[in-house]
Amino acid sequence: MSFTVPRGSISAIIGPNGAGKTTLFNLITGHLEPDSGHVVFKERDVTGIAPHDLCRLGMGRSFQRTNIFPRLTVYENIQAAYVSHRGRGFDLVTPVARLYRAETESLLAAVGLLDKAHETSGFLSHGNQKQLELGIALALEPELLLLDEPTAGMSATETRESIRLIERLAADRGLTLLFTEHDMEVVFSIAHRITVLHQGRVIADGPPAEVRRDPEVKRVYLGDSR
Amino acid sequence: MLARVPWALLVLIAAFFVPAAGSRFYTFVANDIVIWALFATSLNLLVGYTGLVSFGHAAYFGIGAYTTGILLKKVGLPFLLAFPAAGVVAGLCALVFGFFCVRLTRIYFAMLTLAFAQIVWAICFKWNEVTGGEQGMPDIPYPRFDVVDRIVSAVPALGSYRTSDYYYFTCLVLVALCIWALRRIVASPFGRMLTTIRENAERAEFIGVNVRRYELAAFVIAGVFAGLAGGLFGIFNRGVFPDFAYWTKSSEVLIMTLLGGMGTFYGPAIGALVLICLNQQIVSYTEYWPLILGSILVVLLFVFPGGLAGAMLALRRRLVRKTPREVQTGA
Amino acid sequence: MPDLAFVFAQSLSGLTAAMFLFLIASGLSLIFGVLRVLNFAHGTFYMLGAYSAFQIVQWIGLDGGRFWLAALGAALLIAALGGIVERVLFRHLYGKEELYQLLFTYALVLILSDVAKIIWGTQQKSVSRPPELSGAFHVFGATVPHYNLFILLLGPAIALAFWFVLQRTRAGRFIRAAALDRETLGALGVNVDGLYTWVFVLASFLGGLGGALIAPMRATTPGMDTEVIVEAFVVVVIGGLGSFWGTFLGALIYGQVLSFGILFFPRFSIFAVFALMAAVLIIRPWGLLGRPLR
Repeated sequence: MSFTVPRGSISAIIGPNGAGKTTLFNLITGHLEPDSGHVVFKERDVTGIAPHDLCRLGMGRSFQRTNIFPRLTVYENIQAAYVSHRGRGFDLVTPVARLYRAETESLLAAVGLLDKAHETSGFLSHGNQKQLELGIALALEPELLLLDEPTAGMSATETRESIRLIERLAADRGLTLLFTEHDMEVVFSIAHRITVLHQGRVIADGPPAEVRRDPEVKRVYLGDSR
Repeated sequence: MLARVPWALLVLIAAFFVPAAGSRFYTFVANDIVIWALFATSLNLLVGYTGLVSFGHAAYFGIGAYTTGILLKKVGLPFLLAFPAAGVVAGLCALVFGFFCVRLTRIYFAMLTLAFAQIVWAICFKWNEVTGGEQGMPDIPYPRFDVVDRIVSAVPALGSYRTSDYYYFTCLVLVALCIWALRRIVASPFGRMLTTIRENAERAEFIGVNVRRYELAAFVIAGVFAGLAGGLFGIFNRGVFPDFAYWTKSSEVLIMTLLGGMGTFYGPAIGALVLICLNQQIVSYTEYWPLILGSILVVLLFVFPGGLAGAMLALRRRLVRKTPREVQTGA
Repeated sequence: MPDLAFVFAQSLSGLTAAMFLFLIASGLSLIFGVLRVLNFAHGTFYMLGAYSAFQIVQWIGLDGGRFWLAALGAALLIAALGGIVERVLFRHLYGKEELYQLLFTYALVLILSDVAKIIWGTQQKSVSRPPELSGAFHVFGATVPHYNLFILLLGPAIALAFWFVLQRTRAGRFIRAAALDRETLGALGVNVDGLYTWVFVLASFLGGLGGALIAPMRATTPGMDTEVIVEAFVVVVIGGLGSFWGTFLGALIYGQVLSFGILFFPRFSIFAVFALMAAVLIIRPWGLLGRPLR
């Protein structure tokens, strides 16, 4: 398979369960090493390099299973991301409480969590935790952001709100987005490009209108599931 | 209100009056507590803050004790050099051992730390020429306090003290400095990175944290402070023995840390205080201290998994109805 | 150059030590394989096995095969103790942090070893060899007590019996399945709780039996528990945590390294053993015959 995510675009990967979406994400982000093939990011071969190095190059990701630091407060979660990203992690002297206050607060405001800043993040609602996760990813100032099912487990209202948030943040920050999603309405409403995976293979790749018309997509995906 | 009181400072000041107010015995117990508080606090950097369960932390305590002991007794170096040497040597060993340990996770990490500690123990136990072997190394000299003593005697208001009292003051100052340094480290950006590793190492990688490197750094720092504690303990104990590095010592310090509450900074020090006081009380009634300790441990595990500090915080939260911000509750 | 008789005697004594270690370590490995817990108290069960055997021999004597009755009784007693501990206390810690489970087993070490001190005191206790095995062979100029030879044969026999139970019986299949995937086993309707209790019972039986059988060879003293548990850790780590034949292999290696280490580097044989453990953990953390944990 081969596909490209153009800079500044919002691209989606869809496909039935088990099509290999999360596996693909794990390959891109260095959690799994591919048997063959390459991942090229910003004209550089990044196949199989460690996640923490990828992160420095400007790739951020969120996870399908909510992935935060549960016993830290919301504020500390975001601040930790700033500390790490700005390379201050080996500072053993400065009190951390004073660092990146302004950045953390403005980011918390942007993802709508400022009023919950000092709550323990593990006790937040599922929707809030997803927002926080997005916030952590954004604190790393990525150029490319990979979102694995950003609305998984959300109600219809939460989904709509969170998609609007993602879209707005991407536009404000000039992000390139690549996401997987099960909700077709969401996918077709915000993606510029859609890649359809089936059994580990790309069966269609293009703008939403084109993908919608593709006969094979209709057969294996849309036809089967709806 | 309660949180604004500088408790640590008050405790430190109060501790200075122990020799004047109490008997020789109380000074002895207080000195024991002070040193173990540092040892337990150093372990907590690993267990409580980084989420690494070390079963061989006594190795660095033992290495520190032997280093200071050998330098004082056999080489004849002054205390001012022999004491920091304990931290340096223990830290170097922690660097070498830790390099291998942080490559492993969970139970394998614990087993490898145990294996290294047993290696240290075996060397101390058998290398008669250097360590004194099974018999250990008795009669470690106290540092010389003649200069201090002359100054103190010149000011009658200060009272008069024994060498062991001066040594207690020395330990108090040095341990206070070490604990203050650890406090700074925990509250630094580095400390925050360690907590992200404890919470979720996979996610930490993806905020750009090189997990192994941080774990190794934490391992070395914990080793340095354990070594310093060991250096002080050898002199206090008037002798250094192989069982300082034996695995049961590692579990003793783990129990202290757990008893006090490993999620809180001062928890392990409180654990040291409570456990040693309890020990002193109980051994005057019965020789079966381990039985009591084991029972305390069982109660703790089943009833207060957050340790004493965790229980106190829960109580305070109920009284004040406010979540203290600096606290990361133990699981 | 050490003479042949000495080498022979050393390797035999290494083998005998290995058989005991296998008996103890196999129980430890079994519990780890199924429950993922390192049971520090396993060494204490072994010590209690030795004390119980001593006590029963005190009551019923040694003659006419009564030693074997005592050994079996001691092992059963320890098995029951293990089962009770699991049922009443240990099971409440499943699903909690590993550290808590480890410390609980350590608390048992503290409690039970003091209980042993209260009952049997700190004086060492010894049991004579059963009269039917009190003789000795003389091979290559070395003296090999009949009892040691018996242990050398008993070890592999128990290994085979244990292996047979694991491979061929229903319970054994469940135990192996539990080691691989606990959740699925529970979902299949197997009584996992009951299984865990039996695993504890079986493991404690092996530990207790090891202790009972060693009583005629070494004096039973307080402190033998913390010593042996570390040896057993070394064995299971070298062979592979949770691996049955790995434990057997680990015990053989341990026995030989220790007894030949004493021969060539008399002072550092114990060092060699722990260095071997560290080397295995560094190169192959899951042990020589183990499988990597998920």
